[in-house]
Parts: sequence; C-alpha cells; structure tokens
Amino acid sequence: MSILVDGNTRVVIQGITGGEGTFHTQRMQEYGSQVVAGVTPGKGGQVHLGLPVFNSVSEAVEKEGANASAIFVPAFFAADAIMEAADAGIHLAVCITEGIPTFDMIKVKQFLKEKECGLIGPNTPGIISPGKCKIGIMPGHIHSPGQIGVISRSGTLTYEAVDQVTRLGYGQSTAVGIGGDPIVGYSFTDLLKFFKDDDETEAVILIGEIGGSAEEEAAAYIGKEFNKPVVSFIAGQTAPPGRRMGHAGAIIAGGKGTAQEKMEALERAGVLVAKSPAEIGQKVKEALG
Amino acid sequence: MKIHEYQAKQILSKYGVCIPEGEVAETPARAREIAAGIGSRVVLKAQVHAGGRGKGGGIKLADSPEQAEILAQDMIGMTLVTPQTGPEGKLVRRILVEEALDIAHELYLGIVIDRAREAPVVMASPEGGVEIEKVAAETPELIFKEYVNPATGFLGFQARKLAFRLGLEGDTFKQGVQFILSLYKAFEATDASLAEINPLLITKEGAVLALDAKMNFDDNALPRHRDILEMRDFDEEDPLEVESSKFNLNYIKLDGNVGCMVNGAGLAMATMDIIMHSGGMPANFLDVGGGVSEEAVKSAFKILVSDEDVKAALINIFGGIVRCDLVAAGIVKAAKEIGLKVPMVVRLEGTNVDLGKKILEESGLAFYPAETMREAAEKVVPLAKSQERS
Repeated sequence: MSILVDGNTRVVIQGITGGEGTFHTQRMQEYGSQVVAGVTPGKGGQVHLGLPVFNSVSEAVEKEGANASAIFVPAFFAADAIMEAADAGIHLAVCITEGIPTFDMIKVKQFLKEKECGLIGPNTPGIISPGKCKIGIMPGHIHSPGQIGVISRSGTLTYEAVDQVTRLGYGQSTAVGIGGDPIVGYSFTDLLKFFKDDDETEAVILIGEIGGSAEEEAAAYIGKEFNKPVVSFIAGQTAPPGRRMGHAGAIIAGGKGTAQEKMEALERAGVLVAKSPAEIGQKVKEALG
Repeated sequence: MKIHEYQAKQILSKYGVCIPEGEVAETPARAREIAAGIGSRVVLKAQVHAGGRGKGGGIKLADSPEQAEILAQDMIGMTLVTPQTGPEGKLVRRILVEEALDIAHELYLGIVIDRAREAPVVMASPEGGVEIEKVAAETPELIFKEYVNPATGFLGFQARKLAFRLGLEGDTFKQGVQFILSLYKAFEATDASLAEINPLLITKEGAVLALDAKMNFDDNALPRHRDILEMRDFDEEDPLEVESSKFNLNYIKLDGNVGCMVNGAGLAMATMDIIMHSGGMPANFLDVGGGVSEEAVKSAFKILVSDEDVKAALINIFGGIVRCDLVAAGIVKAAKEIGLKVPMVVRLEGTNVDLGKKILEESGLAFYPAETMREAAEKVVPLAKSQERS
C-alpha cells in the first residue's frame, strides 16, 4: 500500500503546454505514472507528449477518468486552477507552483471546505509512492519502495533524507512535500493520519522548518494518537528572527515558530529528533530497532 | 516587503484611516516649512525600517518651525541606534514632521494572517505604546482578537466588539469602529502581511488617529501592486541582499564566517545548522534555487567572495532533476572567472554525482571535496578558523 497515490491514479497536468509542465510531464511519464491528459485553456483538441489536451479539467475527468491533478500554472492563476480541479471532481490536486499570494490561498482553503478534494502544496516538490506513481518534480530514481513514510516542508532537504535512508536499505511507502508556503493544503497532521492507516508504513520521517505551528500541531497529534515511530529534523536552528528564509512560510515572527520550540514539542511527544541533518538516517535505524 | 511609517500612513489614509497632519522632509529647511504650515507644535520622527526609535533619539518634539529646523539638522544624517537596528545603527535620510497631539490614551490595533486558522486576525488591546509581544507574554487577557471569515470578510459587528473592548464611548466609539474597518480594508486591498497601529491614539478631544503605522506586504502579491513595489527603499537593505535579489537568489547576511551556497531553502537552512553543530557559524543563507542554473551559480559565487566576513565557503548541492555534472561545470566556470579567493569545500550528491566530482577534480582548482554534509561541515569550519587567524 501507500497513501493518496498508487498504480491506479490517473493524472491530469494543468499547464501541460508550458515549459515546466512539459519537462516534468515527461519525467512523470518516464517514471511510469499514469498521466492521462493535459489542460491548457484555449489549446483543447491538441495532442501534447502523446496526451490529449483539454480546455478544462472537467473534460479531462469526463473523457479520461482523471482523478488527480498536477498544477504547473503561473502563480497568479494557480489558485483558480486548484479550485477548478476541485470543482471538476478531482480527488487530489498537487500544486507545484511557487509564489501564490497568501490571500489567494485563504480563498482556496475556504473553497475546498465544500469539496471532496485534497490539496498538496502549493510550493511543493509533490508526492511519490515509489514504483507506483510520482506526481511532482522530485527525482524518481533516488527513491525505492519500502516501509518509511516521509513528510516535509522542503524539496532538496527531503531528497537528502530520502537518500540517507535509501542508502541504509530502507525504502519509502510514500514521500510527500506539504509545501513551503504559510498556507498549504494537507498538513503534517492530515498526512500522519493517512500513514497511521497504511499497513505498509512502519515509521515516518517528518522534516519541518521554522515558522508557523504545523510541527507543534503534529507533535500534539503524535503524542495522543500516532502509534508508529516518528523521526524528525527541523531546519533553521541558526535562522535569525524576522527574516524570510527562502520559503515564504519559513520565518520566525514575533518570537514564535523557532526550531527550538518545535524540537522540544516533538521530543515531548516521543519523536526521535535528529539535531543534525546528517543524523536522519541513523535515527530511522534506531527507531526501527 | 517593509516600508517606512510615512509611506504606510499615505496608503492608510487613502482607505480612510485617520492620520495626523504631516509630511516627510529630506532637508532641515523643508522640515521648517512643513512645521510652519502645520502651525503648531510638531513631532519629528526619523524614518528608518526599525522600531524603538524613541529610545535612540529618533523622535523629537519642536515648539516652533525654527526649533524644528535646528533639530532636523541633527537628525537628518544621524546614525540611529535602537534595540532593533543592531549596534551598527541605521542612517536617517528623512524625517516625518507631524502635528503634535494631546494624548489621552494609547491603544493597540494590529492585523496579521493567522497561519493555523488560515485567516486574517484583527487584534486590539488597551495596552498600546508597548511591544505587543510583551503584552502577549505578560497580560494575554488584554489582547482581543476577531478572526475574519474569508467568505464574508471582516464584519461591522466584529469592529464594534473590538471598539467596545477598547473602552471607547460616544463619538469616539463611532470613529473607532470606522478606523478599524478602514484599517482592515487597507490590509486586504494591498495584500498586506502586517498592518500595525501602535499606538492608536485617542486625543483629549476624543479623536481617533494612527500615531504610528507599520505595514509589511506579501512579497508574492507585490507584482499586482506596482504602487507599493515602488515604495521599496533599497537604502534600508543590505547591499549584497539587494544585489542577490536581482538574480532571483535568496540571500540573507548573517554574523558568522562560513559562507554557504546551497540549492533549496530547506537544505540551505540545514546546511547552516550543520555548520553550527560542527563548531562554526554561517556567514549567510544563500539558496540558488532547486534548479541551479549556471547564471545563478555565477552570481552566487560573486556574492560569496564579495563578503569580507567569509573566510571559507561550503557549496552543498543535491542534484535531483538538475544534474551534478552541469552544476560542477558551472562551479568551475565561475571559479575560473571570479577566482577562488577563499577555501571552498564542495559537496555534490544526486544525479550524475561521479561525473560531477570528476569535473571538479580535473579542473585543477583547489576545491576541497566532501562526500557527506557532515564531512563538508567538519572540513569547512577549521578552514574558516585558520583563515581568520592568518
């Protein structure tokens, strides 16, 4: 098993004819993901990368049975694209786009409350269930199928962690980037709930960073209900307050959201916290005994 | 993005927020003119991107236009040191000259985005004029909050609730409600990330005005607010940070002596952290982006070597979609063009890593290769220390 995506996931690419959309669609096809269609308004009827292009997501759902979407449209149009996917009956929207204004995302989250659509991102590398399905921009080949669930707010740091555990012989059930923005779709806690019910997942790596309180909320959930070992690393222990560290969401504001607070909250919940990013793989080994 | 107090007041007044009469001056003579125009006692306020100005002599009272000019002579061009500027202080280039008002009460009003609730929150407190973090820590019961429903926007009853909590009465209450509604309108219309009025002033006559005003904006939304984007004051920012933003690099200057160049924000922070765990301190945060274009590597290289505090540097690249051999070629090219002015430890991992390492080796340049993040950090920290001594 895996969470959210597997071999039956049928993917539509929103923004398929753009540069990023084209490049990463090819990578997803090479990986073996079932990409079934693309959407670019105004280009309906064309064929791109061997795929039918539609004017709207609902056409891709009706005609090709798409149930998941990858979004590569520019930042100012991305919120609309997410809501279009949700309205069309897509079950999982993965928004790769970086730079969506916060107010746009507030509206998206409000809209999604009435829809049956999960959201990953924005500003995420995406989601991968190794050997089954990849929706996103992460390098497929560093992953291998296995028993570790991975949840992270970053991209390359996640690859680093995945690489460390792969080298130690552990594969991944599913790896998900929740996104580096202040307001995102699925939270750490939402995903932990999915991993809890996934028989294949034996342990979870949670990679957080400064800013917000998503890690503290996850810690509260883990302490109360999560029954599998969790290993964590929090990036930004040396970050100064008040500065946005690359990701829009990575900022210590009003003295809140420091790495220290997050690490303490996770430790109190019984999580094995790696102080140094070099220790993530080692901690997983400890956790699985 | 941050702006000055006078700019925040200009924006707010467009949305109907009451502000004191005043104008910004870049010369003492202009300060005198503005004071004469106001025709009463005035306050001179240094315009820098930092709070706590009163404590450092950045806010002064003048009884006459003549005195305003004399005081302005001292203030314009001074280096203002406040608890928020750091010991190096900030150069004062302009001052805001405003009518001095009779203060009856100082209150607090602020709007931010609450990330956990995924909605804006309007906060009010009768404890104005002090840092709100201090109030939150000591007397949290004196901060009143109203969350905004994204479907309806901020509602009249919510503004009334806050105005009652602030203890406003009669005509002052009406003005207060209008003030809060206008402030929210400005916050939403400009895609702000913070709008803070501290203190919110109640005059002896019962008028409600913004004595100070602070606004920050969502950088992601700025392209749709050209007028606000034009308010960016490059003088208030670190020159290297301004330079790097032109190349779409995320760069932040820090206090240490180990420079770093990394692809991806999370990995960049983690690299800073591992430098600390190895006994050093990072000189900067520098994210060249997940894609690591050749142009980005070159610009990043320039920025690293132009920082005199950098005694050694660590380049940490995890090649995912981008191949390590291309990154290595970019690093070699940049090093040959710009020169290896400090020892550089390079750690490459990911796609085509062996090819990448070979390119670095065969370049004839004296890079220090490392296999893992830990090894890289353990190599670079002593190198920085030995350079510091020599």
